[in-house]
Formats: sequence, C-alpha cells, structure tokens
Amino acid sequence: MTTHVLSDTGVMLDRSIKHVTRSLDTIITVTIMPIAFLLLFRYVFGGAIQANTDNYVNYLMPGILLIAIASGISYTGFRLFTDMKSGIFERFHSMPIARSSVLWGHVLTSLVSNAISVAVIIGVGLAIGFRSSAGLLAWLAVAGMLTLFTLALTWLAVIPGLTASTPDGASAFSYPLIFLPFISSAFVPTETMPGPVRAFAEHQPVTAIVNAIRALFEQQPVGNDIWIALAWCAGILVIAYALAMAAYRRKIT
Amino acid sequence: MATASPAIRVDGLRKSYKELPVLKGVDFEVAPGSIFALLGSNGAGKTTVVRILSTLLKPDGGTASVNGFDVGSEPLRVRESISLTGQFAAVDDILTGRENLVMVGRLRRLGNPRETADELLDRFGLADAGGRRVGTYSGGMRRRLDIAMSLIGDPPIIFLDEPTTGLDPEGRIEVWNEIQKLAGDGTTVLLTTQYLEEAEKLADRIAILHEGTIIVSGTLAELRKLLPPAKVEYVERQPTLEEVFLSVVGKQA
Ligand SMILES: Nc1ncnc2c1ncn2[C@@H]1O[C@H](COP(=O)(O)OP(=O)(O)OP(=O)(O)O)[C@@H](O)[C@H]1O
Ligand SMILES: [Mg+2]
Repeated sequence: MTTHVLSDTGVMLDRSIKHVTRSLDTIITVTIMPIAFLLLFRYVFGGAIQANTDNYVNYLMPGILLIAIASGISYTGFRLFTDMKSGIFERFHSMPIARSSVLWGHVLTSLVSNAISVAVIIGVGLAIGFRSSAGLLAWLAVAGMLTLFTLALTWLAVIPGLTASTPDGASAFSYPLIFLPFISSAFVPTETMPGPVRAFAEHQPVTAIVNAIRALFEQQPVGNDIWIALAWCAGILVIAYALAMAAYRRKIT
Repeated sequence: MATASPAIRVDGLRKSYKELPVLKGVDFEVAPGSIFALLGSNGAGKTTVVRILSTLLKPDGGTASVNGFDVGSEPLRVRESISLTGQFAAVDDILTGRENLVMVGRLRRLGNPRETADELLDRFGLADAGGRRVGTYSGGMRRRLDIAMSLIGDPPIIFLDEPTTGLDPEGRIEVWNEIQKLAGDGTTVLLTTQYLEEAEKLADRIAILHEGTIIVSGTLAELRKLLPPAKVEYVERQPTLEEVFLSVVGKQA
C-alpha cells in the first residue's frame, strides 16, 4: 500500500492543480493583492518612509512575499473544506488508496501555487527596481526558507479546512496572518515603533524571517535571524501538522 | 472463500451519535451476487449502516464483514472489495465528467483509464457532456456520473445509498437496468431506497430497518405473507410492498 502513496498523491495533486488553474479569481487575488501592496509602498508611502536604505523595493520584497504566501494558503483551507462538504472525501476514503494522499495532494498544490505567485511577484519587483546580488546558494536558501514557511502555514490552514463549519471560517484565519508583516520589520525598521509594539514586532516570526531573507538578498551576514526564523517555521510546522493530523483522524473515524 | 459464505455479514451492529442511539443491534446477511435492499424511514440509520460497511464510520459494537473481511480489523481489504455511491453525489464539480472518471480509474490503477472513461460515458448517456465541467450538470446527470464512477474497477460488492433519488423515471429505469446487469454479472449489490417500488422490482431480499433494528427481512414473497391478501375486493389483489412496509412500521411504532 505504501508503494501507492506516490502515485495516489500524484493523482490528487493533478486534480487539485486543476482546481487552482480553473479558478482564475483565486490566482488573481493571491498575486494582485501583494503586488498592489508592493506598488503602494514603493510609489505612495515609500517616499515618506525612512528605512535607511537606498533601494526601498529591495527592503519591501521579503515582506510582500510573505503576505502573498499568507493569503495563498487560505485557499488550501477553502478547497479542503469544499472537499469535505461535497462528499468526494468520503468517496476517496472508501477507495483502496493511500489515505494520506488526500491531504498531501492539497498541501503540495499549495507549495506549487505559492511558488508560482512568488515568482510572479519577484518578476514585478524586478520590473520596478528590485535588484539582488545574491548568488545561487543564497537564492536556494531563500527558496528553502519560503518553502518551509509555506509548508508550515499550509498545515496550519489544513486545521480550519477540516474543522470549520462554514467556508468563510475555513479561510478567514489567514487574515491575521496577512496582517502580521505590517507589525514587523517588513515595511519599516522596528526601532521607530513605540515600546510594546516594538517588543511584539521584534519577537514575532515575520521579523526574523524578513530579516533573514533580506540579508540573503543583500549578501549580508544572516546572523541569528536565520536560526530564529527556521526555529519558528519548524515549530509552527510540527505543531500544525500534529494538530491537523489529530483533526483528520477525528474526521475519518 | 467458500461460495456458501455471505458477501456481507452484519451481526449485532450498534451505533450512537452522542446520546442518540441509531443502530441497536442490526443483523443481516447478503448472499454473493444478490441484490439486497435496505428500507427505512428518514433517519432510520440506513446511511449509517452503509458508512460503517464502507469503513467510513466505526461502530460502537457488533461486527460486520464484507467479502469475508472484518471492517474494523481489515479496512483496506474491505475497501479493495467495495465501491460506494453515497446518498449525495460525490463528484468533482471543477473537473469534467471524463476527468472525474479518469481520476477514479487512475486511483484504481486501471491500465487504460481513458478508454474505460469513454465507455462509461457512453453507457450512462453522458458522452456529449463528458467534456463539460460537472458543475454545469443537472442533478440526474451528476447522479449517473456518480454511479458510473463507482463501477470503475469492477469491485465485487457495491453499496448504493438511494441511487435513484432525484432521477426522472427514464433515468431511474436506466439505473435499474445497470443494477440488474451488475447482479447478473455476479456483483453483490446492497442498496437503500425510499422507493418501495424500486425494492420490489430489484431486490432478491429486502430488510426493513426501524428504530434501530431489522424488524423484518426476507424475499418479497415472504414479506407479502405477513399480510393476508385483500379479500373484499372483487379482483384479488396482492398487498404491495408499500402496504407491508407501512403496516409493519406502524405496528411497531
Ligand atoms: N454525524 C452525525 N452526527 C449526529 N447525528 C447523526 C450524524 N449522522 C446521522 N445522524 C443521525 O442519525 C440518524 C440516522 O441517520 P442516517 O443518515 O443513517 O439515516 P437514513 O436512514 O440514511 O435517513 P435518510 O433516509 O434521511 O437518508 C438520524 O437521526 C441522524 O440525524
Ligand atoms: Mg440516508
């Protein structure tokens, strides 16, 4: 049976990718919103923000990518919820397939679709002045960091996807996640914030992740940030995966 | 497996949802290659029985075996032996009819899922609609696709939970013919239905589930014997199954 996990997951991935490509509105929301933020901060707020940088687009980029991912994963919750309600989950579960493939199909789809929107946004960034001197290794490190972040948030999204009672409930949890970058070092240096806000900003995961990615893009030493960022992502991933699997087991028995 | 042993054996099955007892010791057996109809009012627990037999739900007590495999200890074997058409069509709205069939064919590891898909589309009068998204199908078309998906891979035992609900008379006759063909080819069919005429027409044996137990079961002829034929009418008339049903249910209620 374990030998079928890969081929079954492949079928599920194929199905779920079709869902993504056939609902154009989801692709648009996932990429347009972060691009709008990018343009807004670059051309509207950017001039007034003192970020001690000569290229504010470079400064913005990591936070914008995290916003894109945080909004992208809400569709995983939504698609999962739709599957549960439509009864197709029960069909799959009554078939002789690897049951884990049902969830992994959605999770891998999330990785693929988020990778696409990240690539699109970096393309737009390049067009308006994003530049990086990073080498292949640094780019791979950024890709790895974003993949881990996506994976952690996707498993987080699986929980409401399985347990919510309305489609809104299945996707609304991502709104606070989209908001987190605004209270971090993503758009302005944390030093400018008043005490308690600054304390929150400096100790929430987005700041560490943004700082690590920014340092990788700028070929600066990444310092402790990358380890803190990895620890946050790995921690969220492990806890979210455990909770999601517990919710899943409760659903299928 | 000896030919004499039943395809489905249910013994003392119990199930409660929280405080609500639904099954209070259900017993029945289904002979291989026969059509067995489970009748019951709304909320009698027909779907609950079908979900337990297709390994989607764990019973609180009693045993059930399908194709000789215990649903609790060998669920994968059970899933290899069955196919489920649930009460509500479990189809993927975003995929086309053909893609739905191909998906199931791939999950069941057919050598030529496309050929099988085309053949089934033909058989169920969906050849013209095969390339259209299922979201645009009528209720009857979805139901026919749903049943077609369940036939893929020729499982020896098929569960049909109210297979003809929502079909027009023509569609119903089509599905009846398919069910009879399946049984003719040796497939064991367990169906639930609200249409007593359907049970009369199709089933080799009929069981009535009422208030948590099977209150009567047998062939149509045996059930008819429970009521004396009407004598006052000028033309002697056999009681219909409906009369038998209402009478036995009423007596116990
Ligand atoms: N998940 C659940 N949680 C709580 N109660 C449930 C659940 N599923 C079913 N029930 C209850 O169990 C009883 C039996 O339900 P079931 O769906 O098995 O009936 P049924 O015979 O299939 O009815 P119908 O003819 O309406 O389809 C009903 O009273 C129903 O409300
Ligand atoms: Mg039912």
